[in-house]
Amino acid sequence: MKPPTNSIQTRSTRVSQSTFAWLLIAPAMLFIAIIVAWPLAETLRLSFTDTRIGPNYSYVGVENYQDLADSRKFKQTVSRTFYWMFLSVSLKLILGLIGATLLNAAIPGRALFRILILPPWVIPIAIGMIGWLWLYNGAFGLLSGVMQYLGIVDKSYEFLAYKQSAFYSAVVADVWVGVPMVTLFFLAAMQGVNRDLYEAAWVDGASRWYRFRRITIPQIMPVIISMSLLSAIFTFNSFEIIWILTEGGPRSATTTMIIDSYKTAFSSRKFGEGAARTIVIVCLLGLFSVVYIWLLSKVSRYYGSK
Amino acid sequence: MMDRYSIWQVIGIYAALVVFLIFLLLPFFEMFMASLRPLEHLFRSPYQFWSDDFSFKAYSDMWETVPLLGRYIFNSVFIATVVTLITLIFVVPASYAYARLDFPFKNISLSIFLGVNMFTGAVLLIPLYRVMAALGILNTYWAMIVPGVAFLIPTGIWLLRSYFEKIPVELEEAAFMDGASRIYTLRRVVLPLAIPGLVVVSIAVFIGAYAQQFLFAITFNQTREYQPLPAGLFEFIGYQSVTWNEMMAAALTGVLPVMIIFLFLQKYLVAGLTAGAVKE
Repeated sequence: MKPPTNSIQTRSTRVSQSTFAWLLIAPAMLFIAIIVAWPLAETLRLSFTDTRIGPNYSYVGVENYQDLADSRKFKQTVSRTFYWMFLSVSLKLILGLIGATLLNAAIPGRALFRILILPPWVIPIAIGMIGWLWLYNGAFGLLSGVMQYLGIVDKSYEFLAYKQSAFYSAVVADVWVGVPMVTLFFLAAMQGVNRDLYEAAWVDGASRWYRFRRITIPQIMPVIISMSLLSAIFTFNSFEIIWILTEGGPRSATTTMIIDSYKTAFSSRKFGEGAARTIVIVCLLGLFSVVYIWLLSKVSRYYGSK
Repeated sequence: MMDRYSIWQVIGIYAALVVFLIFLLLPFFEMFMASLRPLEHLFRSPYQFWSDDFSFKAYSDMWETVPLLGRYIFNSVFIATVVTLITLIFVVPASYAYARLDFPFKNISLSIFLGVNMFTGAVLLIPLYRVMAALGILNTYWAMIVPGVAFLIPTGIWLLRSYFEKIPVELEEAAFMDGASRIYTLRRVVLPLAIPGLVVVSIAVFIGAYAQQFLFAITFNQTREYQPLPAGLFEFIGYQSVTWNEMMAAALTGVLPVMIIFLFLQKYLVAGLTAGAVKE
């Protein structure tokens, strides 16, 4: 039952309502403005300069952007980043869906299993990466050791030393960090699905796979879409994972856009050029989010928004 | 009845779960094994999985190699706790406004908040450094707390808003009718009802703050006493030698307190997410 808002609310209460609302929002807004918006504006300004270390710089117009557009290396970085994001997010979603389905099954011990999936998410990312560094090490890592034992390789294998294996090793580590959260959200969504739907389908003789496909998936679709956007953003931005494992190497094989802009700004001290790369990242992510929000509204219309 | 599995299905589910868990827990196992190996064993070739010189010696030696280790473990939890509290102070009023009130620029300002989710600190480090310097908080706890809060506010608003939306609006209407002020209603009617949501949001924010303290710590803080655990661990990489086994032992010991807390909190997390936040 909706209260008859229009008849009660006079013009003056509506004005006071917006004032009140803005009073509630203002602290958070102000904080974000200082810590995020201002630095972002500053980055935009820097991107039109040739700032390096030291106080002197001059405005160079769009030269930094022009350089990026002309650079073959940068184009490779962009496509590598999207490949990285696509691969990692798909794996996170698939594994998360499988994991949540397994944890949702009515079997003894599932409470324990639910606890055991959390550690990669809960611990500091940097610490998890120390573990992966060790696993990937050729001389004393478990993976190389097991592969030697099984005869897949005949001497120690350095996972992070070769272009291809370093890239896929970083993907695996990134998936490892991201899967627990995705699993947990999917699990929560699956538990929110009305059981009557399953029972009705079961009475009609629908198989488990059919119920999964025609009830579970559509019912949790909004969460799948939300999580895919969130993971896409996290993965696109994932910095510590790559930085600790490979610092973008070997020979740029794991340099995503975020690593590239950090390296340009901090390792090469080309702050202006680094800033231009940041702005490109922001634009791409903005574009990406717009597409996503459009997609989300389509999906929720299709499946009937709650 | 519907949930009954055949014996092969049960075996299949357990087998798949075990594979899933091996993937997720393998690095911890590896760190634990490394922490048990004496340092000279680590570099022994060819690779040996098992040996009889395993010992827990690293777990006692580590406190001497890095005397501030206890402090680092404390710092990590302390920073994450303060970040969580401050984030809640910002997030609670704002998400209430987005859930309940109607005002100009509502959708635009909400998208601005959610847009912040698109960044990590890594891209804004240079200007952020200048902001921290201007605020005079470089090399203090605040240098790690302030950016932590800023990047977690959007997530907090996103999660908490949907909890507030679920609280029946009639309760507030009733409080208004009785002459209660808006602040009083928020404090005495809405907040108590939102406690499950607040718990979930606090846990999520705490995890965010705890998991991502490396970058801000190494960039904005040079004071060793204030360093969180991930940054402090790199002290085991010394001038002459790296005591890897102690580093692994310290990493595992350091995350243990938070892990234990999570053992108790995880069921609220799943229940809470089911109840509210996952509504797209």
